[in-house]
Amino acid sequence: MKGFARLFTTLDQTTRTTVKVAAMAEFFQTAQDADKLWCVALFSGRRPRRVITTTRLREWAAERAGVPLWLFEESYPVVGDLAETIALVLPPPTTETGKPLSHWIGELQRLSKLDEDARKAGILAAWDSLDRTERFLFTKLLTGGFRIGVSQKLMTRALAQATGQDDAALTHKLMGSWTPETTSWSSLIEAHDPRADLSRPYPFYLAYQLEDRDALGPPSDWFIDRKWDGIRAQLVLRGGEHHLWSRGEELMTDRLPELGRLVDFLPPGTVIDGELLAWRDGPLPFNALQKRIGRKSVPKKLLAEVPVVLMAYDLLEQDGRDIREKPLTDRRAQLETLVADLPPEVPLRLSPEVTGDSWNALARIRAASRDHNAEGLMLKRRSSPYLAGRKKGDWWKWKVDPLTVDAVMIYAQAGHGRRANLFTDFTFAVRDGDGFTPFTKAYSGLTDAEFREITRWVRKNTLQRFGPVRQVPPELVFEIAFEGIQESPRHKSGIALRFPRMARWRHDKPLAEINTLSDLHEMLAQYG
Amino acid sequence: MSGVLTFTEAGIYCPAGDFWIDPWRPVPRALITHGHADHARAGMGRYMATEAAAPVIRHRLGGSIALQTTTYGAQTRIGDATVSFHPAGHVPGSAQIRVETGGEVWVVSGDYKTVDDGLSEPFEPVACHSFITECTFGLPVFNWTPQEVLADQINSWWRDNAAAGRFSLLGAYSLGKAQRLLRLVDPEIAPILTHGAIENTNAVLRSQGIALPHTELVTPEIDLTSRTGALVLAPPSALGSAWARRFKPQSSGFASGWMALRGVRRRRAADRGFIVSDHADWTGLNDAIRATGADRVFVTHGYTGPFRRWLADQGYDAHVVSTEYDGESLDGGEDE
Repeated sequence: MKGFARLFTTLDQTTRTTVKVAAMAEFFQTAQDADKLWCVALFSGRRPRRVITTTRLREWAAERAGVPLWLFEESYPVVGDLAETIALVLPPPTTETGKPLSHWIGELQRLSKLDEDARKAGILAAWDSLDRTERFLFTKLLTGGFRIGVSQKLMTRALAQATGQDDAALTHKLMGSWTPETTSWSSLIEAHDPRADLSRPYPFYLAYQLEDRDALGPPSDWFIDRKWDGIRAQLVLRGGEHHLWSRGEELMTDRLPELGRLVDFLPPGTVIDGELLAWRDGPLPFNALQKRIGRKSVPKKLLAEVPVVLMAYDLLEQDGRDIREKPLTDRRAQLETLVADLPPEVPLRLSPEVTGDSWNALARIRAASRDHNAEGLMLKRRSSPYLAGRKKGDWWKWKVDPLTVDAVMIYAQAGHGRRANLFTDFTFAVRDGDGFTPFTKAYSGLTDAEFREITRWVRKNTLQRFGPVRQVPPELVFEIAFEGIQESPRHKSGIALRFPRMARWRHDKPLAEINTLSDLHEMLAQYG
Repeated sequence: MSGVLTFTEAGIYCPAGDFWIDPWRPVPRALITHGHADHARAGMGRYMATEAAAPVIRHRLGGSIALQTTTYGAQTRIGDATVSFHPAGHVPGSAQIRVETGGEVWVVSGDYKTVDDGLSEPFEPVACHSFITECTFGLPVFNWTPQEVLADQINSWWRDNAAAGRFSLLGAYSLGKAQRLLRLVDPEIAPILTHGAIENTNAVLRSQGIALPHTELVTPEIDLTSRTGALVLAPPSALGSAWARRFKPQSSGFASGWMALRGVRRRRAADRGFIVSDHADWTGLNDAIRATGADRVFVTHGYTGPFRRWLADQGYDAHVVSTEYDGESLDGGEDE
């Protein structure tokens, strides 16, 4: 654990990318294979199975520290991280073992097979033989969620440096459903057949928000289609099987069984990038799709009520060949040929091209996006290859302007992680007759300086506390931006927003002029 | 409860002696525990502090204030009260103030720490019936790094930077923390440069006989090329400012008790966080309170709610008092 703890400390102590990459590359060159593999797994969002509930961990840590549980619970929101709270309250270790990372993960797997008393003994013994940083990392493994400020992209760069392999090839190798239990360092990283895994998707090409329309050149250089409001997905058809991946590298195959039919209509060795949409004579709003995605198994009734299609954007693999290097125009032509002769009941559609003579004409089409249940337009340079990850220049998303309302803050709660001790999570209300009705929470969009100012204000103006939540007088007015609005019987306001965030702090806006609940219901009637 | 001291709008008040301790509104007579801005405020009729705290208080509040000084342990009769000042270990000259009337003893801690920092007069427990204590870090997650480990961490950071030709920019409060760090670091590594706010306080403390290593004020004319690898001490607010950007290349560090929390450390966006505070940690607070032998404890600033409940659980008659002291500022306010 010492080596991994040292790596973590170096990563945690610097904001410089070069230092982070160098530290990881050194780890990948010096650590033992099992530790390297786990490091790659953890930094790419994979983690060992949960051995114990966090409730038990809290109780055991408080007991070991000699403090009552309530005091531990008071400390947790101040620290903002459970594993760190535990590492901080425990007394210093009394022994030292010097065992590597993979040993401790093996220990977790051993404990998972034992009864609770034995697990407790094992975890207390581990805490007692690890220093504060190691203890924090070990407890992070116990609680899951291992985000430590290193993106998968950065980790892959370090891996490329350490192994001399190509960045993109490694990115591809790391995709898919592997875990350290199902593979080894040599077969995952060192083996030379990148297509060994039939299910393996390609890294998604992601677009940035359009920055400068004037720099685009003539519209004719661009292939333009709608930015559909569904879930981005990649359909992989190889060897008679199909696999469906979300952008978050989650395998969704079983949740969307209707797409299995495509195996009968498309040749093996086909990979399509597209958008999953709930569909009945056209796209349904996003919340219809959410009903389908939210559950692991799909009852027949729901399958009939909310059918799903894949709206195809791009073709990445044809006849088993990776064609991502070809220009978009060629890929699109091949995609069109592939989709052209499909019968209408097959759940695959081609995302139609949107044309306009000028950017102004296209801007008008974009402005009407919500009428098509779309979020805006996608601009893709006709000559562009299909790149990996978020890249600027060839692909842009040109989203429709968000909807906005002015609302007042009524509750505040402290954030987690780097926002611990800072009030950043707010509940907002609109006017409703003489009173206020809460309708959304939001926690992003402001600067650190603004959050600090609001934190000072909340401390001085707390009316009442409900656990970690503070009620404040309705005084601070914010413009809340959001992407969509839908009916929600679960909420008092009767509505729910999509991607709400604080667009700005309206120091200039008097409380009397904020929006009302009836304004929200009008928006629901228009856009819901 | 019998009131040797009471809590008023203006601050902690002694009716028997008609004076206030560390008041936050103008009053005729103020006894001051130490020179930090939230304890020593302008506008009082008369002041009283220790001899060692006086130069900084004069420096900050002006030479013309009416300031009576005393030495540690000396008893002074004020009205029907007997008062004395005792080392608090917080910054040079800082005191706990003991007040006795009719055989009843109350002590106001001001800000304090129980660890000897090698600079301030070390904390001495004072027996009392009622203890008015701060609890800035009154949660069990706050446990400070031992002083020698801290010295080692800062020196090796500075040494590595100096070897790589980088400046080491270290943010610390200008009264107390900065001088404590000056006495911890190894002046052989490279030159030590200071921001004006810190150099002013250095000058005051040096003139009262406190030894500090050689430091050099950063002026617009200073030749930085001949001083690469230097340690640059600056108040927290100067880190990340235009003033700080002249030191290139640099590694930045921040010295505060809050650096014990990873979230706060990351928010500060400094390269390094050193856990160092002039306030007592969890163990320090509990040890200090126990050593007074007091039955009744008032907590003034910090995590007052949970700390009071913890003390009540331990059998103390514990209360929260609302004051306007800040403790150690979380997000880089200057000097508290």
